[in-house]
Amino acid sequence: MSAHEDTHAHEDHGHHHKETFVTKYIFSQDHKMIAKQYLITGTIMGVIGVFMSMMFRLQLAWPEKPNVLFEALLGKWAPNGVMDADIYLALVTIHGTIMVFFVLTAGLSGTFSNLLIPLQIGARDMASGFLNMISYWLFFLSSVIMVISLFVEAGPAAAGWTIYPPLSALPMAQGGSGLGMTLWLVSMAIFIASSLMGSLNYIVTVINLRTKGMSMTRLPLTIWTFFITAVIGVISFPVLLSAALLLIMDRSFGTSFFLSDIFIQGEVLHYQGGSPVLFEHLFWFLGHPEVYIVILPAMGLVSEIMASNSRKPIFGYRAMIASILAIAFLSTIVWGHHMFISGMNPFLGSVFTFTTLLIAIPSAVKAFNWITTLWKGNLQMNPAMLFSIGFVSTFITGGLTGIILGDSALDINVHDTYFVVAHFHLVMGISALYGMFAGIYHWFPKMFGRMLNKNLGYIHFWVTAVCAYGVFFPMHFIGMAGLPRRYYTNTNFPLFDDLANVNVIITIFALIGGIVQIVYLYNFFGSIFFGKKAEQNPWRSNTLEWTAPVKHMHGNWPGEIPHVYRWSYDYSKPGHDEDFVPQNVPLKEGEEELQH
Amino acid sequence: MTALLTIIVLVFILVAIWQMVKIFDLAQAKVENSQVANDKDNKINGYLMMGFLAFIYIITIVSFVKWGDLPLMSNAASEHGPQIDNLMIISMTLIFVVQTITQFLLHYFAFKYKGEKGRTALFFADNNKLEAIWTIIPVIVLAGLIIYGLNTWINIMGVNEDDDPLVIELYAQQFNWKARYGGEDNTLGKANVRLIDIDRANILGVDESDPNANDDVITTELHLPVGRPVLFKMRSQDVLHSAYMPHFRAQMNCVPGMITQFGFTPTVTTAEMRQTPEMTDKVTNINRIRVEKSKELLAKGEEALERYEFDYLLLCNKICGKSHYNMQMKIIVETQEEYDAWMKEQKIFKNSLIN
Repeated sequence: MSAHEDTHAHEDHGHHHKETFVTKYIFSQDHKMIAKQYLITGTIMGVIGVFMSMMFRLQLAWPEKPNVLFEALLGKWAPNGVMDADIYLALVTIHGTIMVFFVLTAGLSGTFSNLLIPLQIGARDMASGFLNMISYWLFFLSSVIMVISLFVEAGPAAAGWTIYPPLSALPMAQGGSGLGMTLWLVSMAIFIASSLMGSLNYIVTVINLRTKGMSMTRLPLTIWTFFITAVIGVISFPVLLSAALLLIMDRSFGTSFFLSDIFIQGEVLHYQGGSPVLFEHLFWFLGHPEVYIVILPAMGLVSEIMASNSRKPIFGYRAMIASILAIAFLSTIVWGHHMFISGMNPFLGSVFTFTTLLIAIPSAVKAFNWITTLWKGNLQMNPAMLFSIGFVSTFITGGLTGIILGDSALDINVHDTYFVVAHFHLVMGISALYGMFAGIYHWFPKMFGRMLNKNLGYIHFWVTAVCAYGVFFPMHFIGMAGLPRRYYTNTNFPLFDDLANVNVIITIFALIGGIVQIVYLYNFFGSIFFGKKAEQNPWRSNTLEWTAPVKHMHGNWPGEIPHVYRWSYDYSKPGHDEDFVPQNVPLKEGEEELQH
Repeated sequence: MTALLTIIVLVFILVAIWQMVKIFDLAQAKVENSQVANDKDNKINGYLMMGFLAFIYIITIVSFVKWGDLPLMSNAASEHGPQIDNLMIISMTLIFVVQTITQFLLHYFAFKYKGEKGRTALFFADNNKLEAIWTIIPVIVLAGLIIYGLNTWINIMGVNEDDDPLVIELYAQQFNWKARYGGEDNTLGKANVRLIDIDRANILGVDESDPNANDDVITTELHLPVGRPVLFKMRSQDVLHSAYMPHFRAQMNCVPGMITQFGFTPTVTTAEMRQTPEMTDKVTNINRIRVEKSKELLAKGEEALERYEFDYLLLCNKICGKSHYNMQMKIIVETQEEYDAWMKEQKIFKNSLIN
């Protein structure tokens, strides 16, 4: 970059204040740095969450067998190395909380919304850099509180990640419902504040700061999904906040929003007139949209990566946007499918069955469109592409069983069994994680200016892909045999003795799958410092972020922000020499813009 | 110990993989140091995609062969059970077909169109006809499923009071179940946890002043006469529980502060169920596993496991605290005569109180 351009940028936008270590790396207001902060915090939380799952998988495969690992890590919660039933429930609870909120919401959406929204729409930064910074630090604070809650005397929250009262409200019902649950609620309240600030920022930025020519129908699908995700977040997260606050009131200030007629440990409590079902409604009003908050950004990343690596336009761009909108709308009116047998009026169950099964339609459209995007492509099998194909595979496998769970009559039977666990892990857990990995492999050069090692990436993908199916495919079958989830051990039910060996198989796959993530961590942290230096546009993509220089700078582009003349999917367009045409390349004379 | 050994073995495997990558890297470094996929990568990964497709098919077949005797899809012991099972089988078949086809297309395309230098992808952005087809087909299929599903749901959840169902209260507390029968009048006395009086053994908080309560019978085993509709009224005294009776395809949460309900008609007695070929196979298999386990236990100087005999069970299926995993009650379905004889032996509520 020439000195002239450099000064030009400074004159234009006044990003010429001196940066200290603190303003550059810690209290940064630059969206690219904030994205990296989100990613690294999310990664650390992810390591904790995955490690917890490996611990309780050991317990499930070899119930009540002493293990030096437990003795060393769980201390008093593992007398003689045998995992205690209370800490088992706590591990399951915190695993769920961390993975859903801290990894797949903040880690995924926080990272890529921050990184890509300004870069792909052609903006200097987020609408409010300050709010963005606060958003990250609140997320950091809530992560710290969640981790601290693991070390509480009476144990961390253990009522399941859904924290249904009264179990979560009464310390006498469960040790973890004391200080552990208080910290959980405080952490989540702060998390929600962080998420709302982030979401508002994303919405405002996408609406107001698009560069010249970047109409809504020229936006890459990534931006569409981040935008809609933020809208869903703003609609539904406050409801969870209200549920959390009301629960805090019930727990600490003697109100009865969710509690009534309780006799526990020899005494009648004063609560009168509340209903736990009300909490379930409030919780799932967020809880269900939450799975779309998790999966939509992954869908956006996958759409972009698939088009770029297939060297083909994404198939059915308009239909993709329409299905994102349809999913977003439907996601807010299906929460009751978690409550078919909660004691809710069965008529409501019928309504929710109807709306729930409708979601299969836009989901099917998306899956078919991805598959068609591959058809007659020129597929570049980069690790990001592999994870994207893996995403579609697990999304289909996991999504199809939703047809069973969303059907109230069938749900009676498999509700809260391992069938559910297998379903949601595949369709939102593994899929979203694949989307996140795909995004990291694809945009690592943009984030760190270096490339990830592709061979390590291939090993990471293939071992993970085999293990993901190895863990969750057999799990459907123990669910269909009626095995309830959240059981510390199944040995008290001889009825399930013939399923013990399945649990061993699942655990072995889980352990391999968990440990192979070390390959990824090594690749990730190693490549930040020692990776091969990246070119400006290593994947030969069309979107605007690849027109920005490799070295990060405030304001993203030296000189003027690029103007946009076309949509982001002109791959292999006839009449061009290259198989990609970046968005900032003007239309040739007589070239028709694909009108969508 | 086994777990630890497994972990160590896994770590070694990983170290091996790691070293292999290093070698691979070093071998490649001289030729090319690009981290972008080249034709060789495309080819290898394209073939691996087909391998992975085979893996998905194999794991599906193995799972069905090994664990496919799905008790929740056959052998229902209630009148409405077969309706759910039919719907389940239809849904599973549909899923199986769609899964097989779409996974094939996805992985086959990934293999077939793996990148080669010099090849150009087809510029194919849109096709309204195709998209209409794969919107309309799911709409039709799902409409069918929704109609069938809702029909089944309404049939199951609708309680017909004209059938004169046997009314039984299922009472949940951390961590056990009680059942309360209405007695001669088949009417449950009023109850509230505020009336619990442990000293007088009124453990369910039954209202002594309600005349209907006098002949109520409280038990720790659930006995049901075969062929008679049963209407369960669920209560919980402390936290949420869920009354899960998988063999009868029945489940309903027990919610403190409200009464929930679920009704079904048991159709197969415990004795009959034990005689069915599926069940004898299952029980033989389970006992074989238990004998093997017992040998291990005896070698360690612990007690051997008891022989297993099949019984219907009521399980708790909503996380309720530390001993959630052991909250169960035996269900016995028997003939009307056996049921009457058992009922005669039970103490009625009025006589069970300590005055």
